[in-house]
Amino acid sequence: MYKYDEYDQRIVDERVAQFRDQTRRYLAGELSEDEFKPLRLQNGLYIQRYAPMLRVAVPYGLLNSTQIRKLAHIARTWDKGYAHVSTRQNFQYNWPELKNVPDILAELATVEMHAIQTSGNCIRNVTTDQFAGIAPDEVVDPRPLAEIIRQWSTFHPEFALLPRKFKFAVSGSSNDRAVVQMHDIGLEFYRDGSGELLIKVWVGGGLGRTPILGEVIEAALPWQHLLTYADAIIRVYNRHGRRDNIYKARIKILVKALGIEEFKRQVEAEWAHHKDGPNTITQAEFDRVAKFFTAPAYETLTDRDAGIDAKAAEEKAFANWLKRNVHAHKVAGYRAVTLSLKPTGIAPGDISDKQLEVVADLADKYSYGELRTTHEQNIVLSDVKLGDLYALWQEARAAGLATPNIGLITDIICCPGGDFCDLANAKSIPIAASIQQLFDDLDYQHDIGELELNISGCMNSCGHHHVGHIGVLGVDKGDSEWYQVSIGGKQGNDASLGAVIGPSFAADEVAGVVKRLIDVYLENRSVDERFIDTVRRLGHTPFKERVYADRQPGKQKVEA
Amino acid sequence: MSNLIKLQDGHAAIVAADGWQIVRLPVVETEVKKQAGKVVLFKLTGAESATAEQIAGTEVPAGKVLLPLSVWLARKAEFAARVAAGEIGVWLATHELIETLAEDQTDLNVFPVIAVFIERFADGRAYSTGALVRSRFGFKNELRAFGDVLRDQLFFLKRCGFNAYDIRADRSAEDALASLQDFSEPYQGATVIEQPVWRRYARG
Repeated sequence: MYKYDEYDQRIVDERVAQFRDQTRRYLAGELSEDEFKPLRLQNGLYIQRYAPMLRVAVPYGLLNSTQIRKLAHIARTWDKGYAHVSTRQNFQYNWPELKNVPDILAELATVEMHAIQTSGNCIRNVTTDQFAGIAPDEVVDPRPLAEIIRQWSTFHPEFALLPRKFKFAVSGSSNDRAVVQMHDIGLEFYRDGSGELLIKVWVGGGLGRTPILGEVIEAALPWQHLLTYADAIIRVYNRHGRRDNIYKARIKILVKALGIEEFKRQVEAEWAHHKDGPNTITQAEFDRVAKFFTAPAYETLTDRDAGIDAKAAEEKAFANWLKRNVHAHKVAGYRAVTLSLKPTGIAPGDISDKQLEVVADLADKYSYGELRTTHEQNIVLSDVKLGDLYALWQEARAAGLATPNIGLITDIICCPGGDFCDLANAKSIPIAASIQQLFDDLDYQHDIGELELNISGCMNSCGHHHVGHIGVLGVDKGDSEWYQVSIGGKQGNDASLGAVIGPSFAADEVAGVVKRLIDVYLENRSVDERFIDTVRRLGHTPFKERVYADRQPGKQKVEA
Repeated sequence: MSNLIKLQDGHAAIVAADGWQIVRLPVVETEVKKQAGKVVLFKLTGAESATAEQIAGTEVPAGKVLLPLSVWLARKAEFAARVAAGEIGVWLATHELIETLAEDQTDLNVFPVIAVFIERFADGRAYSTGALVRSRFGFKNELRAFGDVLRDQLFFLKRCGFNAYDIRADRSAEDALASLQDFSEPYQGATVIEQPVWRRYARG
């Protein structure tokens, strides 16, 4: 993975010093609340319900075991012994005290980590495919260009205070796992017939209050021009994006208002001045960064292991885990493994300091010391030998990290919600818990098969509910918490936005509603059809009818 | 002592006396606009800045003055001799486009000073204005930020081509000087320090 040189380290160290002074001035009353707000946000610090929340950047989701141990240390020392993996592959702490944050940042800097631009109206952490570099369907390893974007966007002086947040996602595989169409700028790297690396550029996607899939602004951008082209897009947005209304300030609103043709015309007119300028990426710079992302010294192995097959035949629990949590690898005899952070009864994405230590040990022992966070809020060990899977499973299981539910109904994407977040309209963690409890039976889960259930506590959509096969959104009606349910959302190449099925539900109804949706699916599915396929084939009507069959708003509640 | 910091040959210092007067449009009552239940604090880019009455009613004193863009555009004939004497500069509101000035006045270097009024420090449009004034329109003289100018944004203003910063009156310009040095070697190429770090140094 990328290793800091003196320039990287100095920037991060100078940031710590800068923020230490800003915090001191705020606590001394020299900076007002309003003046401090963008400064702390651009260091990932939110003021939450009970304490500030600190979001630590994990650039494109890649970490090493030393960094994970540092995160565990921070959780023990300054938090309540746990951390949380966010839907943008970052780590969050829910309980640090403001006065300690400069010290936490200083600790992070010792392991080449920071909290720069993890929030605020600026270019945020770049996200990518958790299987980058190892996926069998990968065409281009997206990590070198992701790192080049990270450096270019860090303290970009012109784009420090944009109308609103700005998110990049990058992907280099034929199956998109980075939800590129749901980002302000989404990039798909590919090669043309002659092997030249090109970029398909989407712009104006995003979730939030007005979910919109991005549109293609440039289908074949040569990689050298990535940064100058982005400079042009974001300059047009910085100047013309709407600042008068926070709900219309994302680039997606500007792109929709102008239309993609006119927006592209303005970007190209601007780009004419940037093209071939100093930010044009050279082959030498690409190679310098790319050399950090070379493959480890893989052994030559066969892609079959009789011992593992035998264990799978003997132990159903192991077989289930192999089926759900173990993924294909481009190198024979290796697999990627997802450590589930979604056991029933734990807030999705939460991980204790002890588990973090175990994860670091597992990475060192089985996966060259490297690991990845996923936007589905799990952790991936990317390079595990097939023959090690049984031993790894036993150790992960002992630490509560081997729930065999990846991609199943209990692998819920869920924001922190009203339990922690000040923006939330409603709690989301208890809803996730009620659904996990109802579907806790593993055979039942495996029978239902692939299903993405996403929960957001408010319109900001941190829980990606719009792209869940089933989406749950917390809404505020008067003083009580209600939940809208949508179906038909999907991430990936054929991404779609879910549609709300009807009037919202009380908290204790949601799991029952999900159960009815699942019943309709199980009764109607054809062989090998996933929930999303059945929804797409049948449309929403049979699902709606079942859910609302005996329901009169305010009187009869839906029961499981 | 003024609260104006100027950067000259890489050295920042507070100037003793400014010498330029900022000419403002007469204040008129405007209706409070709301969006999504909140008072609108930011004008849309390109929105109208001044009425004909305001422009006509703006009094321009003798000496070195910074004129509102709208006053310059409508009344520049009055100021030809003073431009030649180096007494006229122009200031833009945050939401005004530098192109509007550049289309009217091809050579911006007739102005000893161009200023941008930062209405709210959190509005980053001034950064793009600064970058364009320097890199697209070749302005070489003083580019000044005034208004809600605070030390924590100075480093960005500096890299976007601003070389004069009139720190908000209730804050210390002395304290603010330090923030111009927040980062020693930025990553990306921008208006000031055009080359990205990997073109400036051999990295690994």
